[in-house]
Amino acid sequence: MDFTYDDEQGALREAVRGLVARTYGEYENRRRTVASDPGYDERLWGQLAEMGLLGLPFGEDDGGSGATWVEAAIVLQELGRVLAPEPYLTAVVQAGGLVADVGTAEQRAELLGGLSSGERLLSFAHASRRWSPSASGVTASQDGDTWTLQGRIDAVPQGANADVLIVSAETPAGTGLFVVPGDAVERSGHATYDGGRSARVVLGGVAATPLGDAGADQTSAIAAALDRTIVLGANEALGIIEQQLVDTTAYLKSRKQFGVTLNNFQALTFRAADMYTSVELTHSLVAWATMVAASVAAGERDSEQLSDAAARVAVQLGTAGRHVGQEAIQLHGGIAMTAEYRVGAGTSRLTYLEHLAGDRGHHLNELAAVVADHGALDPLAASVLGSAPVTAEVGS
Amino acid sequence: MQLQLTEEMQAFREEMRTFFTTQVPQEIRDVVLQGRELSRDQIVQSMQILNAAGLAVPHWPSEWGGRDWTDLQRHLWNEEMQAAGVPAPLMFNAGMIGPVIAHFGTPEQKQEFLPKTANCDIWWSQGFSEPDAGSDLAALRTTAVRDGDDWIVNGQKTWTTLGQYGDWIFTLVRTNPDVKKQAGISMLLIDMRTEGLEVRPIELIDGGHEVNEVWFTDVRVPGANLVGEVDGGWTIAKFLLGNERVGVAPVGATKQALARAKRICADLIAEDPLLRARIVELENELLALELTALRVVAHSAGGEPHPASSVLKLKGTELQQAVTELVVDLAGPAAFALGDDEASDEAWFRRSVPTYLNFRKASIYGGSNEIQRQIISRGILGL
Ligand SMILES: Cc1cc2nc3c(=O)[nH]c(=O)nc-3n(C[C@H](O)[C@H](O)[C@H](O)COP(=O)(O)OP(=O)(O)OC[C@H]3O[C@@H](n4cnc5c(N)ncnc54)[C@H](O)[C@@H]3O)c2cc1C
Repeated sequence: MDFTYDDEQGALREAVRGLVARTYGEYENRRRTVASDPGYDERLWGQLAEMGLLGLPFGEDDGGSGATWVEAAIVLQELGRVLAPEPYLTAVVQAGGLVADVGTAEQRAELLGGLSSGERLLSFAHASRRWSPSASGVTASQDGDTWTLQGRIDAVPQGANADVLIVSAETPAGTGLFVVPGDAVERSGHATYDGGRSARVVLGGVAATPLGDAGADQTSAIAAALDRTIVLGANEALGIIEQQLVDTTAYLKSRKQFGVTLNNFQALTFRAADMYTSVELTHSLVAWATMVAASVAAGERDSEQLSDAAARVAVQLGTAGRHVGQEAIQLHGGIAMTAEYRVGAGTSRLTYLEHLAGDRGHHLNELAAVVADHGALDPLAASVLGSAPVTAEVGS
Repeated sequence: MQLQLTEEMQAFREEMRTFFTTQVPQEIRDVVLQGRELSRDQIVQSMQILNAAGLAVPHWPSEWGGRDWTDLQRHLWNEEMQAAGVPAPLMFNAGMIGPVIAHFGTPEQKQEFLPKTANCDIWWSQGFSEPDAGSDLAALRTTAVRDGDDWIVNGQKTWTTLGQYGDWIFTLVRTNPDVKKQAGISMLLIDMRTEGLEVRPIELIDGGHEVNEVWFTDVRVPGANLVGEVDGGWTIAKFLLGNERVGVAPVGATKQALARAKRICADLIAEDPLLRARIVELENELLALELTALRVVAHSAGGEPHPASSVLKLKGTELQQAVTELVVDLAGPAAFALGDDEASDEAWFRRSVPTYLNFRKASIYGGSNEIQRQIISRGILGL
């Protein structure tokens, strides 16, 4: 087990950090960017494409860069640190990941090639009951070789701007996935609370191309995409809470009240210490889950390990994200309530990330249902659920 | 980044597991796994078995029995030891005074004490705290005054864990009252059979006798028993306490206790979704902690504890306590019953509340959790 980045990964982190700092180092630029459509900086998106970052997790045959989810995670941490509103998580990780898993060779080359080069923005349009991988609300009908979709999706990330929608829909086999051009649907976009963009998409019998096997059930592929979204989204969240801690400690050292800087008050410094503890524990779990995701993608571990790791990250982040996000505001006092100041925007974005693909309560329930099925957890075994090293005792 | 253990490390882990589960008597390991109290003889026997196999003091310098292991190997050794219920080598010997003598001692002190310390032929006690010197350890007042080559010690130590078993005690004493308090402290090694030294028991809230007062009345200590320089004790104390912070959070043992609770109370847990959720949360936090231990040890440089090791102490003891609390709730009124067969589940229920009360200590000793927050906020965050 090794948590350190190799030289290339370290260089990647520095490069991304430098690039996004040029755009969003000044928080005012982020504010300005999210104030008008499309809610992110298309020039920066183009630069990310030029650096090969939009295609990081995809194979070179598909127009990607042939790296892994670990590298994508490095990018997301740096985006999180500056609250970059670029839709990396939803376009690359979620929609792109689905295409990579499910698409035919031709579809992968076309869609992932376009995504990686920055020419096509992808988005996953999924109507379902609260984070269920099964579609509900959109139905697909088949007539010979033609498929049409009917229904409505209330919140599609970047839905009004996306070039290509990957739409989930009920089919006789379960849930299918379909490719629909963005401009073929009726869509109305709006800004979400975190400064992002979302859209209501109405499908009135629009023609659609099946992604991958026509008529196959893609529920498990969607579940994997949601799990990866949690794990990779947790990397963005980690960047956010790390930065919130940095901002909070800097503020405690500079803000004066009662004639002294605030770090003279132990009631505050101890709370900062607790924030640090939350951040460090989260860091470890997120890094581990990211390695699990990469390992599952490489076929070294089965996909159940991904869903277990995602659930664990969601549970941890649900607590730590709120802890750090709320304390960061409280320890700043009134200044953090203003939109000019970035700390509160971080807390807003953390909330979005929590609710994108399955929150703490949802995953706590899932883990609780199977908690009796394993012994002590063992991160150094071939599966964390372990070989249940039950140490038998005499007489029991 | 690498998730999997290398084959070499898997083999190492297997070797440790096999040794611990086959070479240390099951009767001793059962005592640990069931959370009962070990006798002095059991602790000594177990440490001697480990020492004979080179597994008691792997982190010492190699000429004194150390193994030059990587941090990961040390972690695996520790994990497997706790999973098997093997008593950890006596902390006062293996984790505290041994490394101090190896680092600061004279050649004669090393020769005289290190082999016996590693083999638990000497049982060491820790004589640091005093009634008026707790977190503010440097406020200690027990004095040592020169008399020829010897020192004459007067004063009182307290909270001396298992002092009733102690052969020798390593103490911090005031050798200079006229300077800044940290600058007038020295470390003396004292034979507990010396005239004028008296050990008095303290009863704790669980009803047990685990700690003591140690009184010194004109106790004569040979000059050769001074460790390091006169008035140089504070540096040694900091070295020792830094190691204590790292060693004091037994993630593996807490994991085993939780797994045991799940096994014994399987029926209750199957019926109660709130209990299941609570267990998931504990398991998850323990996982995050263990991963942090793996991430942090990998960065500790030159034997100095990584500053983030305070997180391990802080969170490790909180989780240790939370698991004892869970067991209390699982036991409920079953803790009122007789439970006279010590190895039975009934006895485990009966012990649950004393154990819970006993482990309130974990966030007080080893540098209280408030002191750990201080280390984090000052040492790491620069506040
Ligand atoms: C079961 C047990 C076994 C022990 N074994 C040994 C042993 O073998 N040898 C030995 O030498 N000692 C031993 N100790 C002593 C232990 O190290 C001390 O209890 C510890 O240092 C705390 O000191 P105190 O109990 O005097 O509490 P105090 O220092 O008086 O603290 C009281 C409370 O105030 C908090 N506090 C103190 N200072 C600060 C501060 N600056 N900022 C914020 N909060 C603060 C503390 O965290 C605590 O909550 C043992 C203690 C226990 C309970």
